[in-house]
Amino acid sequence: MIPEIGHFALILALVIALVQGVFPILGAHRGYASWVALAKPAAQLQFLMLLVSFACLTWAFLQSDFSVLYVAENSNTRLPQIFKFSAVWGAHEGSLLLWALILSAWTAAVTVFGRSLSPLMMARVVGVLGLVATGFLAFLIFTSNPFERLLPAVAEGRDLNPLLQDIGLVMHPPMLYMGYVGFAIPFAFAIAAMLGGRLDAAWARWSRPWTQIAWVFLTLGIALGSWWAYYELGWGGWWFWDPVENASFMPWLAGTALMHSLAVTEKRGAFKAWTVLLAIFTFSLSLLGTFLVRSGVLTSVHAFAADPSRGLFILLFLAVVVGSSLMLYAARASKVRSHVRFELVSRETALLLNNVILVVTTVSILLGTLYPLIIDALGAGKISVGPPYFNAVFIPLTVPLAILIGVGSLARWKRDSFANIWVKVRVAFVASLVFGILFPLVAMQHFSWQAALGMVLAFWVFFSSLKVMKEYARGRGIGGLSLSQWGMTFGHLGVAVFITGITLTSIYSSEKDVRLVPGDSFSLGGYEFLFKGTTHLQGPNYQGDRGEIVITREGEPVTVLYPEKRNYLSGMPMTEAGIDAGLTRDLFVALGEPLDDQGAWAVRIYHKPFVRWIWLGALIMALGGVCSAADKRYRLLARREREALAGGVA
Amino acid sequence: MKSRYLIPLAVFIVIVGFLAVGLKNDPKRVPSPLVGKPAPRFELPTLYDPEEKITPEKLRGKVWLLNVWASWCVSCRAEHEVIKRLARMNLVPVYGLNYKDEEADAKAWLGQLGNPYEASLVDREGNVGIDWGVYGVPETFVIDKKGIIRHKVIGPVNDEILQETLVPLIRKLIEEEG
Amino acid sequence: MKARHKRFAFLLVGLSVLGVAAWLVFQALGNNLSYFFSPTEVVEGKAPEGHVFRLGGLVQPGSFRREDKGQAVVARFVVTDNHQSVEVRYSGILPDLFQEGQGVIAQGRMGPDGVFMADEVLAKHDENYMPPEVAAALEEGHRKGVANMATGGGQ
Repeated sequence: MIPEIGHFALILALVIALVQGVFPILGAHRGYASWVALAKPAAQLQFLMLLVSFACLTWAFLQSDFSVLYVAENSNTRLPQIFKFSAVWGAHEGSLLLWALILSAWTAAVTVFGRSLSPLMMARVVGVLGLVATGFLAFLIFTSNPFERLLPAVAEGRDLNPLLQDIGLVMHPPMLYMGYVGFAIPFAFAIAAMLGGRLDAAWARWSRPWTQIAWVFLTLGIALGSWWAYYELGWGGWWFWDPVENASFMPWLAGTALMHSLAVTEKRGAFKAWTVLLAIFTFSLSLLGTFLVRSGVLTSVHAFAADPSRGLFILLFLAVVVGSSLMLYAARASKVRSHVRFELVSRETALLLNNVILVVTTVSILLGTLYPLIIDALGAGKISVGPPYFNAVFIPLTVPLAILIGVGSLARWKRDSFANIWVKVRVAFVASLVFGILFPLVAMQHFSWQAALGMVLAFWVFFSSLKVMKEYARGRGIGGLSLSQWGMTFGHLGVAVFITGITLTSIYSSEKDVRLVPGDSFSLGGYEFLFKGTTHLQGPNYQGDRGEIVITREGEPVTVLYPEKRNYLSGMPMTEAGIDAGLTRDLFVALGEPLDDQGAWAVRIYHKPFVRWIWLGALIMALGGVCSAADKRYRLLARREREALAGGVA
Repeated sequence: MKSRYLIPLAVFIVIVGFLAVGLKNDPKRVPSPLVGKPAPRFELPTLYDPEEKITPEKLRGKVWLLNVWASWCVSCRAEHEVIKRLARMNLVPVYGLNYKDEEADAKAWLGQLGNPYEASLVDREGNVGIDWGVYGVPETFVIDKKGIIRHKVIGPVNDEILQETLVPLIRKLIEEEG
Repeated sequence: MKARHKRFAFLLVGLSVLGVAAWLVFQALGNNLSYFFSPTEVVEGKAPEGHVFRLGGLVQPGSFRREDKGQAVVARFVVTDNHQSVEVRYSGILPDLFQEGQGVIAQGRMGPDGVFMADEVLAKHDENYMPPEVAAALEEGHRKGVANMATGGGQ
């Protein structure tokens, strides 16, 4: 009964989404006030329906209702409660339902927090989001219905993929989707503004906080995914340039570009047509990511059940949404061209360069991701483009980007001179050279030029961000900084931390696969790893072996690690690494396989300096995004416009 | 309208073109070269009588079906009703290939859901599965009187496939000279 | 600065970024692609010598053995497409899902002794999934095997 209610609510949501997509936009075009007024209630009702639907699916999981096919395939009575809950979005159907729920939640949020938007603008924004939701809900209901029954019901479910039975993965998809779907909001604002024919600073000011919040979620989602891959996939890598990872990284890069170009549009009224294009581009990449992950056109270690008919549906959807947006863009963009002048040496130019580099980077990653598919389509063989390609392209392109952070954030708007900028940056410049070159000499085991380059960049971003803070604080003290200034500072400091992490981990990590008999020890990175042997392990839905490894440094005990090798009921083996996390280094031990009956095991040992800084950097960047979005000028703006509106009515 | 604002649209159309071709070339859909070829040889015990060995030669002269299943496979459960319906039509014998399964689990599964199979061949190691090009469970093969594989269904058989493909094909094969 | 000069300068900067990026992409694509080959293609000599490629097929049942030396972990096994097979040597820990009779992809290069030296071994990721390249290689290998039998060629 409950699953039928969920199914019914889902169908109602589709009907409401269609209403929400069609009437307000037509009403805004024709001037029917009653049609325009439909936007808000429709959006909120759609959200309510999806909430009911999602709750019903969750209920089916918590009750272990195996008469629902999706539950039977992804749950098990012995699954711990928390994972029954997260299993709701553990596979294709449920994660799409979550996608749709989040889209409707974002839309409802716009209707609540966007009270001061003009009714016409609101109608168009909500309408565009309604059309997107219609496509997604139709996809969900017609190709991937999570409420499909399995009759007769089975006594026991198949169990959730053990890789997903982990707290990191409980949070990862919702975060990622909040980001992906969040970019639908600036997209809808851009389309609505083009439909209305008005692209002004107010439009940019509206889009900015939404973009920042979406970007924060995406940043956290990607960082969580990377962290999860690091400890759960078991083999110590934190980024694999897998198509699925690229699918989330491309919208992130484009979204980063969008945030920066929105700043120019808001502050200076420049780059309007470009910003609109970026908003479309960013959301298109979110949709493309969904297509790549769900259609199975690309093979990936993230083996989602793929189905070509689903792929065709998403491709059609992508073609309609992006194609029509770009057509609208072609028709309207020339009208919104900005005529704001700025000199070659100015903050505008720096941000323009930032945008060009970010977009070019995104396109190179897109090319690498789609290349196997293109080659296959041309019938030229099956190839794979591996991490070396992405590293070879990505790293050289990020170097000028890091340099620009310091220059751009200290340059003046409109017009500046190199001499003027040099005066501001020279201390930071010299300091970053000195510290950057000294750091690998003093703090690390051996000197490396790549490490020095990376650290110079990290220190450069760090010192120049401090300088920016000092400039802002001039005359007001550090308490005088606005939240958005804090946001920018944190965002860039996060980049510095991130660069430090990547540089030092990539260059100074050491790794070894060794054969260890109980009592054997092995030394790596200045640490002694003593293997004490393994004991039998019995978990709720798995059994396996647990190893004990005692780690010492120069005779002093450091820690004891217990890596596990589990065999789940579903027949899948899993490696749980033992990790000793630290600010300056991680020690990482994973059990490979038993080698003989004397208790010898193949063991993988890692020493990874500064690996935490990668995620720490992402966290600081996200904090920056939160600060920016919370800046009071957005709230002031909302209040002022509301008052103006009230005054106008009276 | 200035032409340069059309550039993004043009680029997008090219990308969609490649994606569409990529979708058509779906890497997972591999045409089966086994169709039209003699059924690969095997000699396997059956689930309920380990003494009884079955080989394709013994089945010469009649049309038969080989349905690959396992108790650990959820889609097989969904398919099982359809296979039972097919067996009840009494058109052709349906043999099961119990793939990489435990004997007790397999018997319990058939006990619970019903056993439509003439006999279930036990392929515990999956070696016969390799010879037959099985790369997922369930799969279903149709073999004619001469021992040639005539059709292969990848994934679960549903009513649509049963009525529109399998039954007409089986009827046609029964008509053919042995 | 005159408007015309300014436009030119912007264009120059933009084009140089694009140029550098395009150069990087082509360099990287040229050096870092790895093609996929089945054991049959390797035996027929179609795989490149001295260049990294991917070899895929099934791990031949009964072929797996260890050659551990001291603390080094070394595995040897045979990858087959049921028509031809290639011996593989890999130093390190194999993935969880590595099993005899299962699909596998190994990345590496051919050694002088005709043994494939793998730097990386990937196994399929869940019970019902097999890398599509492997599935295609199997079908292809099988077709050849059957054709050989039919013409009396044998193996």
